[in-house]
Order: sequence, then C-alpha cells, then structure tokens
Amino acid sequence: MAGYILKRLIQMVLVLWVVSVIVFLMMSFTGDPVFMVVPIDASDAEIAQARRLLGLDQSPLMQYWIFISSLVQGDFGQSYVFRQPAMQLILQRMPATVEMVLVAMVLAVIIAIPLGVYAGANPNSRLSRIIMSFSLIGISLPGFWVGMLLIYLFAVHWGIFPSSGRGDTRELFGIRISLLTWDGWHHIVLPAVTLSLGTMAILLRMTRAGMMEVSRQDYMKFARAKGATRGDVLYKHGLKNALIPVVTIFGLQLGDLIAFATITETIFSWPGMGKLLIDSIYRADRPVIVVYLMLVALIFVFINFIVDIVYTLIDPRINLK
Amino acid sequence: MTDTPLLEVQDLRTYFHTFAGTVKAVNGVSFAVRKGEVMGLVGESGGGKSVVGFSILGLIDSPGKIEGGQILLEAEDLAQATEDRLRAVRGREISMVFQDPMTSLNPLHTVGRQMDEVLRLHSDLDAGARHAACVAMLESVGISRAAERLRAYPHQFSGGMRQRVVIAIAMLARPKLIIADEPTTALDVTIQSQILKLMRAQIAGTGAAMILITHDLAVVAEMADHITVLYCGNVVERGRTRDLIEAPSHPYTRGLIDSIPDTTRRLDRLSQIPGSVPDIRNLPQGCNFRDRCPRAQAICAETEPELTQQHASLMAACHFPLRPGDSA
Amino acid sequence: MAGFRQSEFFHNYTRSSSAIIGSGLMALFAFAVLAGPFLVAQNPYDIASLNLMDSYKPPIWLEGGDPRFWLGTDGQGRDVWASVLYGARISVFIGLVAMIASCIIGTVLGLLAGFYGGWLDAVIMRIADVQLSFPSILIALFLMSAVGTGVDKVLIALTAVGWVVYARTVRGSTLSEIEKEYVQAARVAGLPNHKIIRKHVLPNVLTPLIVIATIQVGTFVLIEASLSFLGVGVPITQPSLGLLIKNGFDVLFSGLWWTSVFPGLAIMMLVFGINLFGDFLRDELNPRLK
Repeated sequence: MAGYILKRLIQMVLVLWVVSVIVFLMMSFTGDPVFMVVPIDASDAEIAQARRLLGLDQSPLMQYWIFISSLVQGDFGQSYVFRQPAMQLILQRMPATVEMVLVAMVLAVIIAIPLGVYAGANPNSRLSRIIMSFSLIGISLPGFWVGMLLIYLFAVHWGIFPSSGRGDTRELFGIRISLLTWDGWHHIVLPAVTLSLGTMAILLRMTRAGMMEVSRQDYMKFARAKGATRGDVLYKHGLKNALIPVVTIFGLQLGDLIAFATITETIFSWPGMGKLLIDSIYRADRPVIVVYLMLVALIFVFINFIVDIVYTLIDPRINLK
Repeated sequence: MTDTPLLEVQDLRTYFHTFAGTVKAVNGVSFAVRKGEVMGLVGESGGGKSVVGFSILGLIDSPGKIEGGQILLEAEDLAQATEDRLRAVRGREISMVFQDPMTSLNPLHTVGRQMDEVLRLHSDLDAGARHAACVAMLESVGISRAAERLRAYPHQFSGGMRQRVVIAIAMLARPKLIIADEPTTALDVTIQSQILKLMRAQIAGTGAAMILITHDLAVVAEMADHITVLYCGNVVERGRTRDLIEAPSHPYTRGLIDSIPDTTRRLDRLSQIPGSVPDIRNLPQGCNFRDRCPRAQAICAETEPELTQQHASLMAACHFPLRPGDSA
Repeated sequence: MAGFRQSEFFHNYTRSSSAIIGSGLMALFAFAVLAGPFLVAQNPYDIASLNLMDSYKPPIWLEGGDPRFWLGTDGQGRDVWASVLYGARISVFIGLVAMIASCIIGTVLGLLAGFYGGWLDAVIMRIADVQLSFPSILIALFLMSAVGTGVDKVLIALTAVGWVVYARTVRGSTLSEIEKEYVQAARVAGLPNHKIIRKHVLPNVLTPLIVIATIQVGTFVLIEASLSFLGVGVPITQPSLGLLIKNGFDVLFSGLWWTSVFPGLAIMMLVFGINLFGDFLRDELNPRLK
C-alpha cells in the first residue's frame, strides 16, 4: 500500500509538472503583459524597466525556471488588476466555490442514487421510464440556460429567491462561510440547484445501469434461493456492487462541478474563484489565471488519487500493484 | 406407513412470454422424489431442466410464469404458496446449488457472511452458535482452517473450493431436498468427481433427497437412484437408473447413452444424435423428437405419445419404444 | 435498400419510440439548418433589414406581439425565430465539423498506438490519460482564453478535447484484433500493414465509433454554447445559439425572457434528440446484449 501511494505521488507530481509547462507555454502566447503594468504611452525606458521587472527580458527557458521556482515556493506573483498576491485572491474566494460545489454534489447524490436504484430495480415500470426521460433531458440541457430560467422564474417573476450574490457569512476557523446563515442558504439555493442538475442526471443514469447489470448476476438469484427477501437482495447484495462504477466517476463529476462552477458563478455573480477566473480572462490578468489553473490541477489530481484509494477499499478483489 | 414422496411434481407448466413468441420451457412435467433418494434430471442444454429447478423454488421471474401444475412438498402445493411461505422454504426445506461457483457468491461479502445469512434467515441461533455451525459445516465439506477461511472473500478460493462453499451453504439449514443445477459442469474434470463424492457423503449423512440436474448421463449413472429424461420440456422417459442405463426404451435416451465415449471399445467415430434441438417456440406437431429419431413413422408426426409403462421400472413416451436387446 | 428494411436494425428502429423521436428531432434540425435562410424573410445579420422600432417585441401570443415575429424580437429588432435558425446553423456546423476532425485524428492516433505499440503507444496514451483527468470544458476554456475567439479556434479547441475518446476506443479494438489469429496469419503472409488495418481492424471498430460520434456532436454543441456564453467562443458576427443566450441574459432581469429562452430550447431539443437516438444506437449496436 505504501509503495502504491508513493508511486501515485510521483505520478501526481509529474502530471502537475506537465501542466505547469503547458500553462506556461500558453500564457506566453497571450500577448504582451507589459501594458498591464505601465500605461500605453509610457516611455521606452519605463517599458524596458517594466520588462525587466516582469522578467520578460530573459530567455524563455530562464523565464520558465523563474516561473516554476516561484510556483513551488507558492509565489504566483501579483494580480495585474488587484495589485495583490494572486494566490491570496484565489484563496479568499475559494470557500465560496467550495460551498456551492459541496451543496450541489450533496443534492445530486441524495436525489440521483435512490432514484437510480429504483429505476434499475424496476426498469420497466412507468415511473422508471419517466425518471429516465428526465435524466436524458438533464444531460441535454445547457446548464447556464437552466440557471437563467431559474433566475427568471424564481427571482424575477416570483421573487422567491435572490438572483445573485452570496448572502451573509459567518466566520469559522478564519474562513467566511455562508452556509452558517439563513441568508446564505437563501442565496445558495438557485446556484446549487443549477450546478447540480447535470451531475444528478449522470449519477442517476450510472446508478441505474449499475443496478440493472447487477440484477442479472447469479449471486442475486443465489441469495434469493437462500430465502432472502427481494429488498435484502437488492440493498444488501446488489447496491454495493452497483455503486462501484458510480464511485469511479464520482471523482470526475466533482471535477466537472468545479469546472461548471465557473459558469454558474458568472450567472449568479457568486463571488467564487470561478467568477474570478472568468473576469481575469477578460482582463488578461495572467497571474490569477495561472494560479487558478495550477490550483485546480492540483485539486483534480488529488481527487483522482483519493477516488482510487476509496475504490480499492470498497472492492476486495482489487490488488494494488 | 404411507410412502408419500417428499416432493411430487404433477404436470408442471412454465412458460416464458417473450416478444418472439411463447416459450414453453416446461410443458407438462411430472415426477416424484422420495426421502433420501437422488433423482437425476437429464436432458440437453436448453431443454428446460434448470427451469424445473427454479420453478420448484418459485424463482421464475417475468417474462416467465408457472402456468399450471402442482408442486407438492409433502402434500403442500408450492405453486400456490405465498412469497412469504416460499421464502421460508428456500434454503431451509429445499436448497439449491448453482452451476457456476465463480458467479454464485457475492464478490463483496466474505464467505462467512454469506454462510451466516442462511442461519440468520432460518434459525434462532445467536451469533456465536451460528459461527460455530459455519465452521463445522465448512470443515465437513473439506475446507481446512475453516475459522480463518470464513473471513476470506470468494475470489480467494479456487473454483472447486468455491463450489464446496456453495454446497456448505446449501446444507447449512439441514434441508430435506437439494436441487443441484449442473453442480460440476463448470469445474475441472479432476475436481468433478471429488465434488460429486462430497455431495453424496453430505446427503447420506443427513438423509436429504437430491434432484441432480445435468446434461451429463455419466454423472447421473453414478449418483442417481432414478432418472427422469427431459426433451423440449417434456418427460420422455423415467425409471430406475440401472434399468434405464442398461436397456433404455426411448430412442433419445438411447442416443444419449450411446454418445458417451466407451473407453473399452475401439471406435472410429463418436456416436451422435443427428440433427439439433428444435426451436422451442415452434415445436413440431406430434412427437418432439421425431425429426431426429431413427425409428420414426408416420404416426409420430401426428400424435404426441403418452408416457406408458415399459419393461422393468421404465415409463416412456414413444410410439415405437425399444425393447431389451434391440439395437437402435 | 430492401435488405436494410428487412434487417433487425430497421425492425427495432420502428418499434423504438426513442429512436423515432430522436432521429425525427435530428432530421428536423438538419432541415432547419439547411433550409433555414429560406424559411425566414429577415436575415438577422443584415443590418439594413433591421428596424429599431421593432425591438423587444414579445412572442405572438403575448400582449404587444407582432404577427411578423412569432417568437418576438431582440434589442436590435432581430426576429428571434430567424436568429435561432441562423444560430442553429453555426452551432450544428461547429458540432459536426469538430466531431469529424476529432474522429479522424483520434482514430488515426488510436490505430497507430494500438498497432505499433512501443513508445508511440506510451506517449499517446499518457497524454490521453492526463487530459482525461481534467474536465473538457476547463481545457477548452483555457485554450480559448489563450488563442482568442473565432469559429476556427473553437473548432481547434473542441478537437483538442474530443480526440481522446476515439483514440482510446480504437486502440482497445486494435489491440484485441491484432491478437486474433487471422490477423497474425495475414501479417505472416506479408500483407502490408495499412491493408490489415483497413480490412480487419477498422470494420470492427466502426460500430462503437458511430455511437460515440453521434453523441459527441451533442456534447460539442453544449461545450461550444458554454464557451460562447462566457464570451470565449464564437465571435459576435457569427452568433451560435449559445451566444444568443448570452445576449439575452443582459435583459433577462427586465423580464424580457424570449431572447434567451428560445435559443436554449433549441439547443435542448437538438441535444435531446441526439441523445435519444444515440441511446437507441448504443443498445442496437452492442453485440454483448444480443
């Protein structure tokens, strides 16, 4: 087990390194950041000085070296727009995104899994067909459009929920969390529901497929031949087996949620890191974009790692090599 | 003392209603099994044998349904029983051994947990007593270090060992009847006879009866007291093993016996029953076997033969049954 | 053609409501995309044909609606119905072209990886694995932010994201095919590699590819819509359905919903139809379920 973890850690570092190279290369193509720091009509001397400060007068390899060594030390430079350390900016906004992603994930799971189990155990019932139709619609919807629809209906037309913003927060261990206030919950409902729909649909379909696959297995019939009730067989024997494939995509889904959060935060003006990313793209605020990408890459790599570990814990057949 | 059979199946009909037509998998099958007896249920793959086994336990799922007949377990008709009653019967009075030990056991539960389940469902023993019973049972099927092995998972056992576990599960609640559905087909030839010996020892020890379902006549010749031969959902012959093997009266049975390679004779070719099993959705009129039968005449295409008494203990459904001494 | 009509595929097709509805929707869109410009009087991108006095008219069934614009108009007086038709063309075009490009590149890479193995296989698969651990939308977003907006750039970004699934599938099929004896026999007999690939490997890979390709068009339409909504997709001069929704977003809070709802509805119908039919195809073409 320890050997496996070590191997994975090395792999993770390698992936992150590759990502850093790609990010660096891409960022080098996005125009000249000099004019983010000095006004357009600056003198040549000022421009040259700015260049030196930003390290742009060095060779690409040297630039990369500076880039990667500061990265490792956690120094991502200053945001061109906010004149604050980019890392700090992202970290300030991370709790908001985490909140929304967490609520969306929980919502998706508590609705999708039970419905998926039912639909898989009773594939031909009328209710199942209805459920599956809705799930198909769910994966065909543009998420941002649904968000807009929800805003129009619940915020503009009926005025039940707020259309934007995060709501009041309270501090816990130095982090501002909106889920600790009623107002926070009031604000998070629409964004979290919007975000959860796609994942909900996918989890539902996978759970159903898993249950159907499992229902065909001999050990289910064998359990019944022992005298077990239908319910026992379904939940005690079938469910765990059916959920194995669901666990494997759980990590990917979490990643997708973080990615789609960028859009959801934009629609609802939710002050998370996703919105910050989009704004930074508009304003060509390079350091912030770089921080976001590296941080998110780290999160994804870590999530995949955790999922693999969980997977081996659930299925005793897996042999760690 | 009345000699009522332990299990009596009368005119069982189990049909499957599929899009492509109704499959009459079991179409009027009757037989009886007495206490302590082993009955062999023989026939080609797809001939309905497994369906008989599942029908007895009420494990036929849609699109299948028991359409008629009686399944009398000591005079109680299981075909009319409620699901609750059937659940009490399954694993306790009648248990089943499946064909493929690789797939009969849940890969995510330990062997011990799967054995324990039977006792939890059918007995009032506490955890300690159940554990002891499982250990004893596992040892009696020939698995050493039983207490340790109870904590292992199915994939950690070999095929033969897994089947021993399955047999242990089947015997745990001391059933009166065991339905063994092709119990050795999925195993190595070398393991097969071990498992058969084990099963024989187990039922001898408890006085249980067994229905041994198989396509392999050689297996039933060794194990069974009497044999029922199935073809396309009908019983074509039945009788005591020795009588049936030595001088079968139905041409199909004769064909099955002849196709077992005989190592004592020189043969140029293996004998085979010509043709193949007809499409069950479209059974021919008259005798189901007529297209493959060397003795068929015109009447065989018109009327279905009834089961009638033949020589010795045999009953056969044939217009031109074989007599002892006949060559095919 | 007669052979096809008697085939099991056609038989199951006529009995499957999802297949019929799905392909019906797809056909509807194909028609709208091809015939679109001829179905509407107004070309919404011809500034000269617009009249600001017609702006923000609601759909015909609401008060203030105008019979000329049955789905209403936007801020510049553009007919929403016409915009949707024109926008659908762009969305579908991008989805299709990107799918074809991904398919070709991915299949070629998969064949190379599976057939030649070695370091080529290792490199291609490593890249694929790394790419798969990140959500496609993020990769596309990042690429677009680096290269700027434009239909061609969107196509490149989508292809960069979409090739992986083909490469993996094709590689898997290739690996299992070359193990088979008849392929080894062909190799021994001196049959050139490209012939082996063409005659033996490709036909077996075809059926899963068809399913993947069909569904991917829908996936691409959704990704492009998201990119355009964020402003890093298609340019304003060639508005896809996603961009139309974005434009409508600004006025949503004033209660003017029709400029964003109808384009979204169009996307939903298109992708839903594709997914319905794709589901049917997947079940039909899956040899394991037979």
